[in-house]
Parts: sequence; structure tokens; C-alpha cells
Amino acid sequence: MAESFASLALVPKATEPLTAKQFKTDQEVRWCPGCGDYAILAAVQAFLPELGVKRENIAIISGIGCSSRFPYYVDTYGMHSIHGRAPAIATGLSTTRPDMSVWVVTGDGDALSIGGNHLIHAMRRNVNLKILLFNNRIYGLTKGQYSPTSEEGKITKSTPYGSLDHPFNPVSVALGVECTFVARTIDSDRKHLTETLRAAAAHEGTAIVEILQNCDIFNDGAWAPLKDPQQRDEYLIRLEHGQPMLLGSNRAVFREPEGPMYVAEITPENEADIVIHDAHTDDPSTAFRLSRLSDPVVLSNTPIGVFRDVQRPVFDRQMAEQIDEVTRKLGPGEFDRLLRSADTWEIK
Amino acid sequence: MSKQVVTLDQVIIRFAGDSGDGMQLTGDQFTAETAAYGNDLSTMPDYPAEIRAPQGTLHGVSSFQLHFADHEVLTPGDSPNVLVAMNPAALKANIGLMAPGALLILNSDEFTKRNLEKVGYWANPLEDGSLSKFDVHAIALTSQTVDALKEFELTRKEAERSKNMYALGLLSWLYSRPTDSARQFLQKKFAKKPEVLAANLAALEAGWSFGETTEIFSVHYEIKPSSPKPGTYRYITGNIATAYGLIAASVKSGLPLFLGSYPITPATDILHELAKHKNFGVRTFQAEDEIAGIGSAIGAAYGGMLAVTTTSGPGIALKSEAIGLAVALELPVIIIDVQRGGPSTGLPTKTEQADLLQVMFGRNGESPVPIVAAQSPADCFNAAVEAARIAVKYRTPVFLLTDGALANGAEPWLLPKLEELPGIDPDFLLEPNHEIDGVQVLWPFKRDPETLARPWIRPGTPGLEHRIGGIEKADGTGNISYEANNHDLMVRLRAAKVAGIAREVPNMFIDDPTGDAELLVLGWGSTYGPIGAACEVLRKEGVKVAQGHLRLLNPFPADTEQVLKRYKQVLIPEMNLGQLSLLIRGKYLVDAMSLTKVAGQPFKSTEIIDAIKGVISNG
Repeated sequence: MAESFASLALVPKATEPLTAKQFKTDQEVRWCPGCGDYAILAAVQAFLPELGVKRENIAIISGIGCSSRFPYYVDTYGMHSIHGRAPAIATGLSTTRPDMSVWVVTGDGDALSIGGNHLIHAMRRNVNLKILLFNNRIYGLTKGQYSPTSEEGKITKSTPYGSLDHPFNPVSVALGVECTFVARTIDSDRKHLTETLRAAAAHEGTAIVEILQNCDIFNDGAWAPLKDPQQRDEYLIRLEHGQPMLLGSNRAVFREPEGPMYVAEITPENEADIVIHDAHTDDPSTAFRLSRLSDPVVLSNTPIGVFRDVQRPVFDRQMAEQIDEVTRKLGPGEFDRLLRSADTWEIK
Repeated sequence: MSKQVVTLDQVIIRFAGDSGDGMQLTGDQFTAETAAYGNDLSTMPDYPAEIRAPQGTLHGVSSFQLHFADHEVLTPGDSPNVLVAMNPAALKANIGLMAPGALLILNSDEFTKRNLEKVGYWANPLEDGSLSKFDVHAIALTSQTVDALKEFELTRKEAERSKNMYALGLLSWLYSRPTDSARQFLQKKFAKKPEVLAANLAALEAGWSFGETTEIFSVHYEIKPSSPKPGTYRYITGNIATAYGLIAASVKSGLPLFLGSYPITPATDILHELAKHKNFGVRTFQAEDEIAGIGSAIGAAYGGMLAVTTTSGPGIALKSEAIGLAVALELPVIIIDVQRGGPSTGLPTKTEQADLLQVMFGRNGESPVPIVAAQSPADCFNAAVEAARIAVKYRTPVFLLTDGALANGAEPWLLPKLEELPGIDPDFLLEPNHEIDGVQVLWPFKRDPETLARPWIRPGTPGLEHRIGGIEKADGTGNISYEANNHDLMVRLRAAKVAGIAREVPNMFIDDPTGDAELLVLGWGSTYGPIGAACEVLRKEGVKVAQGHLRLLNPFPADTEQVLKRYKQVLIPEMNLGQLSLLIRGKYLVDAMSLTKVAGQPFKSTEIIDAIKGVISNG
């Protein structure tokens, strides 16, 4: 069996190793042929056995959208809920059931538009949820309207003359609300995707993973430069904690003193100034600057990997501890005593 | 020489003052004394929506009404017999409620030109004869309090603060109330401030002595204890009773309680109360919004908790889509709507019953949800237990309707015994429940043949992994199904499940002592008290009238139609524009008449009496 995850300490362990096949359901998968969701599903099904926990102690909660069909295809407990509300529902489950490993599967519209409020509050509280945000920069299920991550000027059915909205960068949003684990990965990079899932699963508290995902029907090629083996290395900054942030053949990330980050050619003079990635620093502002490096349209300088991974008390655990603490102090609740907590009188 | 004692059968007192005058506290303490004395009683606070309204203004007036008697009390009372007004604003705001001949105790210190003009009194009502039909006692409550506290080292302002205790002392004397409970309360409250404690006790004492010695009052009164059922009693508000009912249901079912809630008047006190009782394993989650309140409750219900969300009308509107999800998932969730005046923000601190149709129909699609309505403050306890019982047994969201008047109103409560409450059995499914070709499988939507409830399956149960969702499910397997006939079947099954609850709930409450009344006055929720009081008065006058009351509004009790058709006429008083009436007329083709009121205040029994007399005289 693989390593045991500290974040799953309260979740019952599987007695024998599970296989990817055991996480497949008998339901026919109904995404469009070529959808990036297939790759993510396969990666997740292959990864879940690594958690080393019982299948019945995993729950996947989703909202509405193409990605939210995900729970139907994974043979664990699961709920396909309503648009945007998965983080709230998952919070209710996670805070009452420390023996469950709770995952949220959502999309850019579900998480960042209709469900934006629940997403930011789950991250602020640091609920023990693993949130997989499939970002394809489009509304797929409603057949192609721009989403809150679409680039400005997007031509869609609802914006025939171009969208006016300035997009969210999901990683910047998560860092802005001090989410304790923030990462980005790509649907088609199975190895990187699996590594990122592993890091997220190991994290205690909220982990959000933005998965850049392709909708081949309504927004094909949205992430093309990042996925094309010929050119992706010129676009991607692969983040590794403790390692210099390099890009392409001879470029790297630098930082103005206390100022923004930028990408430049490496020279003998500046080589020593290449920024070393530190995912564990408490202050989210460095990671935030890193998240601002990429260009939302041409996608140059796009970091992938773990931006931030820090420790902060986990909401679920604090809630349980507070109950224990009050119970120790007051003694277990006695109903009759509760009724008599105000002045009483006897009628004979 | 002690003064003459006059015995009364009932009194209605209204304490009124500026928000900062401590009138709610005075009322509470007078109530505690009265409860301890053994009178039956009912109370109603009436306070402004503003937290600190400008001093001395009409919208800063905070009032507290108490009705107590030597017999059963059903309402906080129509027209008070006594008004204690701490300033001109309190007089002006309440004088319209007072019966002719009522006793007015007015704090003359505050009737200054400036204070009078602030509320539009251009002449002093103490002098201009405008109060001539009342028994007016202008007493310098503030300065007499300050005089009484001369020996204490207090500033004038500090001493003035005790004027509410002076007033309490005076009223306690006037109505022969023991002051022990007030003393105990003060000792507890000011245990760490001995000087303030001594001053307040002295003010209480001085108020009492003033009554005894002054020539203003030639008599004082006594109201004999009523003779309720033997047992141990306490005084309780509707919101606290609701919170206790939820805890009782948690204890009875063995299910830990989870409350997902967003603060909203007048429901927030339920959250406050439950948050205190974590030692019962209660989890309270103050959500980011109303939707997350129910969302988290649905998640907790899925996880096998006794899940609750509390709110008022605007919050129900926000939760509607999620309530529909709970209907589709068939999970037990208790949704509490403490109704207030609407629409929109409406009247947050005033009462209304205008959410009945919202909770009945306010969702997309055919989305039946059982509705339980509490009928008095203490009854909120039983109603909460019943809502939980139905939710768990039928795997369904259930509405519990209370309202602002019940939530903040209070009455004596005979303490219940846990063992006498109905059992609540979660009955989680632990193994596959269906067989296909000799193989045991799970069918998450296979129904109990009697109740039509589906199994409740706790995540973590091995071998029962399954997925549920808001998309229509195939009967039995629960798999996604867009098949037309299956949808038709599922819609009818969910409706039949809720309708079937009628089989096992008590018949409609009917009070028809002679059994031959021709008029049925039918109520629901908090109109129980005023309708009952009205019927009582009329019966004493020889009028034959029956009272009917609906505690379950969806489904209606099984005998509803039969009862309605027994009476020649049906009158339905409601604090809305006729919502129950619409349902009754629509469902039973009964030509029910409507008596409606949406004035932010409960019905007065006189309003109902007048309506009944009108109906009877028109035959």
C-alpha cells in the first residue's frame, strides 16, 4: 500500500489494496467524445487507491455543469447537487463526518460564478475539502456561453460582439482568500495531474486544484499552447518547492525588490537572483505575485504545480474540539437539567 | 395601616419606555414573579427594529405586554388595563391600545416640553384633559428613584438607571406579587458589582414602599393563582422552546444535531440558544448565507445527522432551490421559518403568517413538503419534535412554521418528560436491500411499502456506495433517468409519500362543547390563542361556536373534509390575506369565509368575536 496520508488520519484504512477498476461504476460515461474530463476521471480513479482508505469512506460532491457529472462515474459515496452549492453541502458533510474523505468536483461557472460565495468561504474557513476545479473557460452544459474565466472579448452565443467581463484567475482568487493549499495542473498531463492530486490529498484543510481542461466542442484549444508538446515548455513554469523557477531553454522568474515578479533571460549576472519557489511560506503575497505572471490571453508564463501549501487549524477539527472542550467543562448534556436551567415552580 | 385588597380575575399590563429604559427586563421580572405566584400567563414583547433608535422618539419605544389570570390564559391580551409609560413617546405609542378606564402610570419627570414636542404633543397630556377617560397617575419615577438612592455613591445618571426597578417595586406592590425572584435575578446579574446591586435592591424596595404609603393608590389588587395541571413549570419563549425541541429530538433519535443557519430576525435566537449547548453534541454552523445554511444541513443529513436550518421568510425564498434538492434526494432536513411581515425585508420584528403558500408551493416542479405549525410559544417544543419525527420517518424535508409573536412571546410550560415524547428511529440501512438473480444489491430508492420512504444510508457503510442527485432518478435503482413514464411515477410517489403522513397523525383539533355549533372557526399557528379566547367569551354569552385548529398543514389531517362538511359555516382568521382559506376552498370545495389581518400584531380576540357575531347575525 502507498504512503499513508496524515490528512486522512481519521478515515478508516482499507484492509487490502484497492484498484482503479473498483472505483468505476456501471454507469455509462456521457461526456462528449474528446472531452478533457475523461482524462481527469481516469487519473482520479487510478489515484484513489493510493489514499489507502476504504472506498465507503470517500464522498464526492459536485454542483451542476459538465464536470459535476463526475460523482456518477466513481464508485464511492457521492452527490450531484445543485448549481454552485457543492462547497456548502460538502462543508456540512465534512464537519460532521471526520471519518470521510470529502472531495468537491466543480467547474469554472459552478465554482466561480454562481457558487463563488461558497467557494471563498470554504477556503477561508479551511474546511477539510479537496476541491477539483475543472477550468475550460466556457459554459459547456448550456452550450457555449462565456464563463468568469473566459478572456475579455470572448465571442460566444451570449456575447456575439465580444464579452465585456474581466476574467477571474482561479489561483489568484484562492490565494486572495488565503486558501491553505492552491495548485494548478493540466488534464492531459497525467503524471503532473496525479502528483498534484497526491499533494492535495496529503494536505490538511482545504486544497483547491485548478485543472486546465479542454472543452473540444465549445472552446477547443483554450489551453493549446500549454498542452502542445512542441511549445509547452516555452509557456509553462513547473513549480517545485525549493527549486528555482525556470522556463523554456534559458528563462527564469525574477522579482523586483518587494515588487512584482517577471520573467527574463538568464545571464551570468542575474543567475543568482532566480526566485526559488517556497510553497510553505505563510504570507500568501509571494504566491499571489506568482499567480499574476501569466498572460490571460496568450498564456505565456503560466505556472503549474503547487503555489501554496501551508498549515493552519482545520475547521472541522476545531469544531469537534470545541464540542469536546465544552463537554469536558460542562459535562455531557442532560436533558432534564437543560429544562430546569431557568427558574421553575411546582404546581401540586 | 394596610390598604384594601381588591380581587381581580385577570389583568393585562403593558410596560413601555425608551429602548434604553429596561422595560423588557422589567416585564420579564414581573412575569417571573407572576409565574412563581402561580398565575397562568402569556407575554408579548414589542420592540423596535432599530438597535439604538434616537432617545425619546416614537420608533424607539420598546414595550412588553403581560396577561395573567386566575384561569387559563390563551393570549397576551387585547386591551391592556394598565400602562406603565416611562416617557411621552411610550404614552403616545401605546395609548391607542388602552381600554377606557385603564390605569396609566406615567413618569412625569420625562414629560418636559422638549420631550413632548419630540413626539408631537403640543400640549401636555397630563394637563390638557386628553386622558380624562383613563385613571391617570403621574408619578415622578425618575426623581423619586434618585431620592431613594441618595445614600449611595452614584452619579445622578447611574441612579436614574434604577428607575425601572422602582417601577417594578411599585407594580409588584400594586398587584401583590412576591419580589423574591426579582431579588434573586439582581443578585445574580450584579454579583460582581455590589454597589449597583444594593442600589437596584433599594430602588425595588422604595417602589414597593411608595405604593404602600402614598395616598395616590387607595387600593391594591390580588389575582388568585390559577389551577393548572400539577407538575414542574418554567416560563419559556417560542424560540427557546423550538431549540429545546430540536435537542429533545436529537436525544430521542440518538442523532447528533447539526444546525446550518444565517442570522435573521426573528429566528436568530434559536441559533444563539443551540450554540450554547455543544455538550449535547450540537454542531452550530453560522453559514456565509441562507443557501449555505440549508446546503450545509443537506450535507449533514446526507452524513446521517439530525439536520436543521432556521430562518424567516426572506431566507426561505433564498433556500427554495436547495429545499427542492432535499425533496429530490429524499433526505430528512428540518426547515424552520419564524415568519415575519413581508414581502421583501418587510417588518423584521413584527409578526405575520404570510409564508404558508410560500412553504407549500414555493419551489419549482411538484415538490411536496410536510408543514407543521406551532400554536403557542411552549407548543414550539412539541412541534419541533413532531417535525423531526416526520422528517426522519419519511426521509423528507419538513417545514416548521412559527412566527414573530410565538418566537418572542412566552408562557408557563409544564416540563415534558423525555420518555413521554414520540420515538424517533433513524433506521439506517446497513446492507443491500434488493435481490436481482440471486445477487444482493442496493436500491437506494426502493421504498418502504407502507410509508413509501426510501432507505437512509449513511456514507461509510460498506457495500452501499451509491450516488444521489437532483436529476430525476429511476424508481428503485436511483440511477439517472430521463424516461417520461418514470418521471410521472416518481412525481406521484413523492406526492403520495407526503400525503400518506395523514394516516398516522391525530385528527383535527376540534373544540365544540355542545356539539351542535353551526359555525366552525378554523385556525392554524399562532391564531390558536385569540380564536380560543374569542370562542370562550362568546360561549359565556350563550353563542354556539366551534374552534378547529390545524397543526399539520401538509398534508391536512385525514378527517379534515369530514369535519369541514359538518358545519354550516366556516370562518378562517389568518394573519395574511387568506392563504389557508385558499387551500381549504381549493381542496375541499368548502365556501370558507376569511378574516384577515396583516398589521404586524396578532389578532385581538375582540376582532375575532366581532367577526363571528357578524357571520352569525348574517346567518
